[in-house]
Amino acid sequence: MSKALNTFTNGILRENPTFGLVLGMCPTLATTTSAINGMSMGLATLFVLVCSNVVISLLRNLIPDKVHIPAYIVVIASFVTMVQLLMQAYMPGIYETLGLFIPLIVVNCIVLGRAEAFAAKNSVGLSLLDGLGMGLGFTIALTILGAVRELLGTGAIFGQKIMFSIWGCSFNMEDYAALIFVLAPGAFIALAFLMAAVNKLRS
Amino acid sequence: MVYFLIIISAIFVNNIVFSQFLGICPFLGVSKRISTAVGMGAAVTFVLTLATIVTYLLQKYVLAAFGLEFLQTILFILVIAALVQMIEIVLKKISPSLYQALGVFLPLITTNCCILGVAILVANGTWAAKIPGAEPDLLQGTVFALATAIGFAIALVLFAGIREQLAMNKVPKAMEGTPVALLTAGLLAMAFMGFSGVV
Repeated sequence: MSKALNTFTNGILRENPTFGLVLGMCPTLATTTSAINGMSMGLATLFVLVCSNVVISLLRNLIPDKVHIPAYIVVIASFVTMVQLLMQAYMPGIYETLGLFIPLIVVNCIVLGRAEAFAAKNSVGLSLLDGLGMGLGFTIALTILGAVRELLGTGAIFGQKIMFSIWGCSFNMEDYAALIFVLAPGAFIALAFLMAAVNKLRS
Repeated sequence: MVYFLIIISAIFVNNIVFSQFLGICPFLGVSKRISTAVGMGAAVTFVLTLATIVTYLLQKYVLAAFGLEFLQTILFILVIAALVQMIEIVLKKISPSLYQALGVFLPLITTNCCILGVAILVANGTWAAKIPGAEPDLLQGTVFALATAIGFAIALVLFAGIREQLAMNKVPKAMEGTPVALLTAGLLAMAFMGFSGVV
C-alpha cells in the first residue's frame, strides 16, 4: 500500500514534471496564458499519460526490445489522436486556443519518458498510479503558472476579476495588470521565479 | 518579395523559440556551449527542412487524397522518426565528417517538438495566415521551414553565448540552473518582441 501511495505522490511532489524533472517545457510555456488554458492542457496530457502508461505496461512483455521506442510512439500517438478528435467535437473553443499543442503531446518528453522509465518495468496498477500522479503534478503546475500569469497580466484568475481591500484602501488588480505576462517573455519570467520559489521551499 | 517577408517573419518576428515556444527542450538542454549549440542548430536545420518536404507531400498525396487526415499525428511522427534514422545512416556513408559533427544530435531530434510542429503547420497551411501574400504551397512552405530552422539556430547560439558568460557569475542558490536560464530567455524574448510589427 505504501508503495502505491509513494508512486502516486512521487509525480506530484518529489519528481514533479515541471518543477522537479523540468520536462515538457514547450506546452508549459505556450499554453499557460490563463489558468483555464493551463488546466485544459494539463488534463489532456493527464489522459494521454494514464492511457499510454496502462497500455504500455500491459504490452511490456509482448513488445520486442529492438522496436520498443517506435511501438511506444504509436501507442502514444493513437491516444493523442483520440484526445484531438474528442476535444475538436466537444470543446471546440479550447481546441482552437490550444491549437498546435494538442498534437504535440506526442513529443512531450514526460509521456515517452514515463513509458520508458516506469511503465515498461512495472505492473499495470502501479503504472496507472504513476501516470495519474505525474499527470496531476503536471496539471497542478500548469494551472498555478496559468493563474499567476493571468493574475499579473489581466488581473483575473479563471476569468474572475480579483478585487480586495486592505485597511480601507481597495485594490482592483486590473489596474496593476502588466500585459507582458500574458505575452511570450512573461511566460519565461513567471516560470523562472516560480521555479526559484519551489527550489527555495524545498531546501 | 514574399519570400523575403517569409524569411524575416520566420527568423525574427515569429521566432520559433521566443514567440512560438517550440523546441524549448533542446533550447534549454544543449545551450551550455556555443560549439554544441552550432551543431544542434545545423542538425535541426537539415532535418526540419527535409521532414517538412516529405510530410507535405504525404499530406497532399496520401492523407488528403484518401480522406485519412485523422491519421496525421501518427503518420508524421513515424515518418520523422524513420527519416532521422535514415539521415543518420546516409550521413555515415556519404559524409563521415558531417556525421562526426551532427551525429550525437540526430537521435535527440525525433522528440524535438519544433520538427513535428512545423511539419503540421506547413501541411495544414496555417503558417501562411501571419504573412501577407504568402501561399501555403510546397516551395513557400519549404522556405518557411528553412527560415524557421535558421531562427531556431540563431536563438540557440545567442542563448549559448549568454550562458557561457553566465556560468562564471554568482547566482542566488535558488535561481541556479534552469530558473536563471529561463529568466535569460525571457529577456531575450523581450528583445525579440521589438521585431513585432515589422512584417
